[in-house]
Amino acid sequence: MQKISFVSVVLFSACVSLLVSSATFAAGSLDTIIIDRGVDEPIRVAVVPFKMDPSLMSETNIADIVGFDLARSGQFDPLASENMLSYPSSRATVFFRDWRILKTAYLVIGSARVDAGGRVAVEFELYDVLGERLMLSRRYSVARSQWRDVSHQIADAIYEEVTGIRGAFSTKIMYVLARNAGSPDAVYQLEIADSDGERSRTLFSSREPIMSASWAPDGKRVAYVTFETGRPSIVIQDVNGPYRERLTNFRGINSAPVFSPDGRQLAMVLSKDGDPEIFIMDLATKSLRQVTRHHAIDTEPSWSPDGSSIIFTSDRGGRPQIYQLELSTNLLERLTFRGDYNARARLLPDGKHLVFVHRTNGVFHIAWQDLERDNLQVLTQTALDESPSLAPNGTMLIYATQDRGRGILAVVSIDGSVKYRLPSSSGDVREPAWSPFLDG
Amino acid sequence: MQMQSPRFPSLMTLVLAALLMAGCSSTSTEPVPEPEPIEQPAPQPVPQPEPEPELADFDSAGNVLGPDGRPLTRTFYFGYDRAVLSPSDLAALELHAQVLRRNSDRSIVVEGHCDERGTREYNLALGERRADSIRSFLLSAGVSARQIETVSYGEEQPADPGHTESAWERNRRAVMVYR
Repeated sequence: MQKISFVSVVLFSACVSLLVSSATFAAGSLDTIIIDRGVDEPIRVAVVPFKMDPSLMSETNIADIVGFDLARSGQFDPLASENMLSYPSSRATVFFRDWRILKTAYLVIGSARVDAGGRVAVEFELYDVLGERLMLSRRYSVARSQWRDVSHQIADAIYEEVTGIRGAFSTKIMYVLARNAGSPDAVYQLEIADSDGERSRTLFSSREPIMSASWAPDGKRVAYVTFETGRPSIVIQDVNGPYRERLTNFRGINSAPVFSPDGRQLAMVLSKDGDPEIFIMDLATKSLRQVTRHHAIDTEPSWSPDGSSIIFTSDRGGRPQIYQLELSTNLLERLTFRGDYNARARLLPDGKHLVFVHRTNGVFHIAWQDLERDNLQVLTQTALDESPSLAPNGTMLIYATQDRGRGILAVVSIDGSVKYRLPSSSGDVREPAWSPFLDG
Repeated sequence: MQMQSPRFPSLMTLVLAALLMAGCSSTSTEPVPEPEPIEQPAPQPVPQPEPEPELADFDSAGNVLGPDGRPLTRTFYFGYDRAVLSPSDLAALELHAQVLRRNSDRSIVVEGHCDERGTREYNLALGERRADSIRSFLLSAGVSARQIETVSYGEEQPADPGHTESAWERNRRAVMVYR
């Protein structure tokens, strides 16, 4: 029996909250503050605090990491641990009636212990409470340094089993952290953090601006723009290795690098011949192919999911609007018509929906457009919203905005129902790029 | 050398026409007052030990000096979303052109900047357009292309880190950096 008295519940929850807050302050990467909780009737789930070896108690309880992941999706409403009637860690101590009383649809239990080899053995089980049925059971053996990785993997597995959509909690977020921008003390850092804002690390640091970072489709390399040579240049770099190469340093603009879906090509903007045009570089041969030819500004390329066309911003019609260029036929189509400023578009994985920066009444928001039905929906309400980047499962997008004069990151679900903010206590954060799915 | 380039009047006409067509948005006050182009009865600058003619164009602090011996402004401001030169800047730009024509060994970098509104990559392109406006003027005024380089910083290096209209005005600029 693991029925718990009132006093021990209070003690336990105090212990959990202590762990959570200390973890938040220790990592200090990005804070995460949920603003809107999401769908009207979120799925009620109970993630019971995992039974952990005493030697693991300095870690955040896996249940807290998993529960926070599920809560951030907006589709789940995790039960607070202080409201639980018991804390089972194995099937034998699960009493479904208790969980039905709490109107819990799904129950997650688990444990973590250190094995003889010093690795951590983690296991969890997911139950359908109404059907009193085991839905999913998994075991992991990980190094202690992978504590948060395995927690996010568990959240991914639960999310996919319940919703049918692949979870994206094990992904990373890349962003630029800027301090004292524009001043002689300016420092710019390219950072990579977990999707919950934790465990940030610096990939590249410079006294000159850093811009437009993007991920290779395998998540192993990134491309970005630095001004370290006195003008913008495009650099490609390993996320976990020594490789770093300057790809272009032409006269004028070298910017907006975006990998093709197969990872073999890089779309970019170069103004070496006079005005900004979109080029595609073959990464194996470094050869360049020019794909736009217009004296207007052509910039902000991105690829359609099948790699057959480029979406880009152009003011060839007088104002910035979004165009699509079919690469095999050179067929050009304008995609946006509402408003006088639509820019920096990205296609959703289905290839039929577009997210972009849309100016309405002089204010910049993130908008979403169904290309077949041609309806436009504004997703954000703050000002100066920019740089939308989609989660690889297409359910959420991260963007940059401002809060009381500070640059912060924010996330909104594609249906607009859940919102959370990711400020940094270290400086202005901007230009977020959500990683692809990272395997292994 | 003090003569105007024969192409200069037609460029003036072109620039003015472009301004008129563009509707000349910004009539607000300049964020930084321009030096008065009035003839100063003030004493001549301190005599230089080497009275080479080109030395009079620069002082020991690296300032570019106008005919009155006072530093020329090197920062030029633009309207929101615009890259058209302001008519009030043309006289100062012509003086820079004279300095560069007289000192063909000197070169400049023209930096283009934007305010924070609009996307970063689009602003990088807009900043380049602003720097190119200055470059085109100087080329038309007879300055050698070899003497002029442009670089756009977009919205990445604000002169004023604020988020107000007046900060945005100060940030929409092109800056001539002499080398």
